[in-house]
Amino acid sequence: MFYLFCPYCGEHREEEEFHPRGQAHLSRPEDPDGCTDEEWGDFIYFRTNPRGLHHEIWVHAVGCRKFFNVTRDTQSYEILETYRMGSAPRITDLNDKQQSREVQA
Amino acid sequence: MSEAVNAAVNEPIRVAVMEQLPKANVTARSPLAHSTRVVPGTIQETAGVYLWEEALRTHLAIRGNAGSADFSRGVEAATGLALPDRLQCSQSGDWSLSWIAPDEWLLIGPGKEAYAMELSLRAQLDGHYAVINLSGGQTLLRLAGPKARLVLMKSCPYDMHDRNFPVGKVVTTVLAKSQATVHRIGDEEWALVVRRSFADYVWRWLMDAGKEYDLGPRRPE
Amino acid sequence: MTQRNRLDTGGRIDRGTPLGFKFNGQHYQGFAGDTLASALLANGVDVIGRSFKYSRPRGIVAASAEEPNAVFQLGATEATQVPNVRATQQELFDGLVSQPTSGWPGLKIDFMGVVGSLLGRMLPPGFYYKTFMFPQAAWDTYEKYIRKAAGLGRSPRKPDVDTYDHLNHHTDVLIVGAGPTGLSAALSAARAGARVILADEQAEMGGSLLDCTDKLDDKPAAEWVRGTLQELAGYDNVLLLPRATVNGYHDHNFLTIHERRTDHCADHAPTNLSRQRLHRVRARWVVLATGAHERPLVYGHNDLPGCMLASAVSTYINRYAVVPGRKLVLMTTNDNAYRTAFDWQDAGREVVAIVDTRAYATGAWQAEAERRGLKILKGMAVIEARGRQRVTGAVVAGLTSDGNRVTGDRQILNCDTLASSGGWSPVVHLSCHTGSRPVWDDDAIGFLPGKTVQQQLVAGAVNGRYSLSDCLTDGASIGAEAATKAGFPAKPATVPFVRTRPEIGAMALFCVPHPKPNSRAPKQFVDFQTDVTAAAIELATREGFESIEHIKRYTAMGFGTDQGKLGNINGMAVAAKSLNQTIPETGTTIFRPNYTPVTFGAIAGRHCNDLFDPIRYSAMHEWHVRNGARFEDVGQWKRPWYFPKADETMQQALNRECLATRESVGILDASTLGKIDIQGKDAREFLGRIYTNAWAKLPVGKCRYGLMCKEDGMVFDDGVTSCMGENHFVMTTTTGGAAGVLEWLELYHQTEWPELDVYMNTVTDHWATMTLAGPNARKLLAELTDDIDLDRDRFRFMDWRQGTVAGVPARVFRISFTGELSYEINVQANYGLHVWETLFDHGAKYKLTPYGTETMHILRAEKGFIIAGQDTDGSVHPYDLGMSWAVKEDKPFSFIGKRGMKREDCVRANRKQLVGIKTKDPSVVLPEGAQAVDNPDHPLPVPMLGHITSSYYSACLGRSIALGVIKGGHNRMGDTVHYPLADGRIVEAEICNTIFLDPEGERQNV
Repeated sequence: MFYLFCPYCGEHREEEEFHPRGQAHLSRPEDPDGCTDEEWGDFIYFRTNPRGLHHEIWVHAVGCRKFFNVTRDTQSYEILETYRMGSAPRITDLNDKQQSREVQA
Repeated sequence: MSEAVNAAVNEPIRVAVMEQLPKANVTARSPLAHSTRVVPGTIQETAGVYLWEEALRTHLAIRGNAGSADFSRGVEAATGLALPDRLQCSQSGDWSLSWIAPDEWLLIGPGKEAYAMELSLRAQLDGHYAVINLSGGQTLLRLAGPKARLVLMKSCPYDMHDRNFPVGKVVTTVLAKSQATVHRIGDEEWALVVRRSFADYVWRWLMDAGKEYDLGPRRPE
Repeated sequence: MTQRNRLDTGGRIDRGTPLGFKFNGQHYQGFAGDTLASALLANGVDVIGRSFKYSRPRGIVAASAEEPNAVFQLGATEATQVPNVRATQQELFDGLVSQPTSGWPGLKIDFMGVVGSLLGRMLPPGFYYKTFMFPQAAWDTYEKYIRKAAGLGRSPRKPDVDTYDHLNHHTDVLIVGAGPTGLSAALSAARAGARVILADEQAEMGGSLLDCTDKLDDKPAAEWVRGTLQELAGYDNVLLLPRATVNGYHDHNFLTIHERRTDHCADHAPTNLSRQRLHRVRARWVVLATGAHERPLVYGHNDLPGCMLASAVSTYINRYAVVPGRKLVLMTTNDNAYRTAFDWQDAGREVVAIVDTRAYATGAWQAEAERRGLKILKGMAVIEARGRQRVTGAVVAGLTSDGNRVTGDRQILNCDTLASSGGWSPVVHLSCHTGSRPVWDDDAIGFLPGKTVQQQLVAGAVNGRYSLSDCLTDGASIGAEAATKAGFPAKPATVPFVRTRPEIGAMALFCVPHPKPNSRAPKQFVDFQTDVTAAAIELATREGFESIEHIKRYTAMGFGTDQGKLGNINGMAVAAKSLNQTIPETGTTIFRPNYTPVTFGAIAGRHCNDLFDPIRYSAMHEWHVRNGARFEDVGQWKRPWYFPKADETMQQALNRECLATRESVGILDASTLGKIDIQGKDAREFLGRIYTNAWAKLPVGKCRYGLMCKEDGMVFDDGVTSCMGENHFVMTTTTGGAAGVLEWLELYHQTEWPELDVYMNTVTDHWATMTLAGPNARKLLAELTDDIDLDRDRFRFMDWRQGTVAGVPARVFRISFTGELSYEINVQANYGLHVWETLFDHGAKYKLTPYGTETMHILRAEKGFIIAGQDTDGSVHPYDLGMSWAVKEDKPFSFIGKRGMKREDCVRANRKQLVGIKTKDPSVVLPEGAQAVDNPDHPLPVPMLGHITSSYYSACLGRSIALGVIKGGHNRMGDTVHYPLADGRIVEAEICNTIFLDPEGERQNV
């Protein structure tokens, strides 16, 4: 059971209030009709499945209904940071973990 | 019915607003109309927790940009209530305005005022905003008494402790397998907003959770 | 029967409160304050079970959670049966009824014992795999007897009379274990003002302090415990949870605590009180003060009743005033266990000898033993126990200093109790739950908690600090550290002074060698509950198993309900030795939740029976119940399925409902359809992007059907959306899809197109929706409204109007899911029942007939209307459905699904396409899911063409109708296909148009 910090409510909430929505920072291609089948297939079907650092989208479904991003270590399940839609992650490397603890604190 | 569909042809209709309450003498049935009979016992002083429905109140969702001064001024002009900060509630008399999300608030007030208040809000607001009448879609439950917090701890995974949940705070959270907007209105007083279709389930759940504390109906005044 | 092992004085029991109880059909008596185990020992009950594999007699070994043998079935009635209760943790109450769970067919008859001793050699490790693997079908037969003989308990056959619940907590510091470490940690944290939960599995807090003879500040330890608990109880910020086992340590410091609230009171709980409670705790910091379990030594016949843990013997004497025998032999590798010999002697019983495996054992404890006149045999060990139903003697021999071989002559010591201590095993279980692997520590001679990502601290014996004074000081400082880290600057509490003797180093010995090789020596048990011996582990290594995880699974070591709390470390030591490795090289298995078994009741809590899942009701539900509706679950909603009259069958009721609707007028409660209110200047643009069809020109006052696809082009929901104003739409969705569609819309709005000005809110519950359908719908509605012009040409199909219905303001939508003239009336839900009932007041003359979801399904299928989720399954795009009219390809924005449905696979010929299916025999209704083939005589495998998605008997058409997908179906109109069914029939059918009734759509224009 995760304990997630909702950047919109400004609080940690129990996992029961959230839904995961998969990999973050995937943008819908600007010109879908100009995509080849392969490019479109990549966009809709292919996702990374890293062991370690992962950026993902969650939604505070029972709460403020806002989507936000989570940087998570898929091995230890540590949540390294959560951040609003439209902003970039501060942590892009597991070596930045220490920094993340400060961010979360 | 000036804002409604049947309005003058030349004015484009932006949003359909309607008085939804009958002029005729029609009995309204709250979501828990069938349940209030089931509360065991009579009004008593000794119960550890009290549960009742405050039925048929006005519930309006207000959407808008909190960062816009015009928006907050407009809301305040219409409601007399300042736009509350996150997880907070503004209250005045019979009206309360609770933060739901960064761009959403819940206005609760006396039962027959939804239409007038919506018109008043729409008169005061401009730009991108929305007002949604939810008066039929949800209801207000009251939970009170020395054991009310324990009943909530049985029901919600949110931290109900004084240090985290002082009087005045509002959170929307999981309640059993449904959800509720929970507002602490006093030391031992809580208000819960639940969706109509789930109200019976929530009611039965709270009744069951309260059994241990000798649950009673409406708290004696 | 008398309590012949009970002392006249001492202990923490109340001799003034005798309690009667039953075990294995016999009546016994104990006292308040006893556990079931201490009461059985007081009564001299030696054999309390028989072992799993060899059916050997077994007695009580331990005094706490690690007990492997005394695992019982409790309950005086069928409804109150509880399996898997450790007698050492069950408090005695008057009238307690318990049964051994092992020992079928009986403790004394010993049927399996005979088999066991005959077949001992035939039950090697891996016996499941070797013996029962083949033939697989025979497993059912084996299993029955194995389970019976294994003694795993049984579940009750009647519903539980008790209730259970959950309680959610958040805390700054959760301290697990209220022994000396936990108590001093709690003091430090509580005084700093942190919110503290202190949980302990025992009825009384204090842990080892409740049975130790050491003095704290020169006073009995129990006095310090009392004072400390009193102080803690006085703090608002402290929650003390006795009888509460912290059973699981999950992600992000989420822990579950299993509290037995009334298990100690009676067979079942008092009215309105839950029997057990699961506390769900989110802790900022966790302090593990779980202590250590004493490790028994492994030697020949070490499972005989009378062989016990040294510390357990002391606990029974000091805490329960029970001396479990007359003559004691104590074998130890350390000084700590000398206490047991002293306690035994102080209780007035005979200590035959202290067998100390260390030749070098010369220090303060030995001096005290000599002062007491006790015999110490140094550098020696008990190599085997003698006896049949109970220990009668101990065979003792010399031991080389490395502990690897036996030397010198053997001697036999007469005794009835053989206590052993091989040191301590820290209780690392909870730490393991976090995914952390324990680390071997040579000084502690045990595995200590390893590194973890959780906010966890460990203190006291679990961290290898075994001495009482270390536990107290470590607890105080770790408790202060935890509070400080949680934001409450704390100083370590001052701890009492402990007067004790210095100890000399312990010896790392696990399995006592025998003159014979282990494979021929008397059985040396490592794991009592699964009957795994040292020889079995050695055999596993000889058979090539090297990883400790594999050895564990092959031998079943640690697979019992005790998870090998006593045996695992000894087993690893045996494996290491056999593999010529050190223990750290061999490694350890890790423990999983739960620490001790948890009842299903506690896991379920109050999420059972009527409260198992939400049941959602519409505003008209009462009417449906009053009028005999049969209900169908649609998501969490209860929807009327059909309304049978008197003795109608379901089909008769459906026929009547369908005909009444088509001939006059029917009414459906459609309140459950999802309704989403969309406001904002870009609402129209937004709709254009998420629907496949056009929205740019839909005028105010009109409605339009829309199809929603995912990016792959496949249909996932549909519904009618109405234009309420230039900036205002109300969307409807399927009943089951409502929440998912709103989340989907928000996902796109918030992540892809935040620049669009649109707000979306659910109004599903706000509106009660009732659909009038049938040629008389207008006439009926006209009787209830005087402000809506219902003229067929002014209030046209796909228009909506606002007005008053039955005195209530309403929005009326002229839309149709049946093909009939149809009005969908929406009123605020609080007035839904009134309007519904008024419609019936006026409806009698039109034979207004309520219909449910099944009739709705039939009526729409007659018209070929799809149901998303029934006729689509995530692999069907609009063209497959023949709904190209609902796709507007030239919209400026590349709407969701557009690119997806152009992929190569989506445009190939021969895709499965939705068609109508008419059976040649009109009375045959095909089962949904039936697969079509062209030629049923085709040799296997027969190529499949597609399946039936919807199938009904249509009373209006007097025949069966079906919808289904067929490969290339749109070009196969009139073809014959065959549906081979599970019952052997092969049904011939014809492919046809999906519209069975009124293809011109004339009916709704009445």
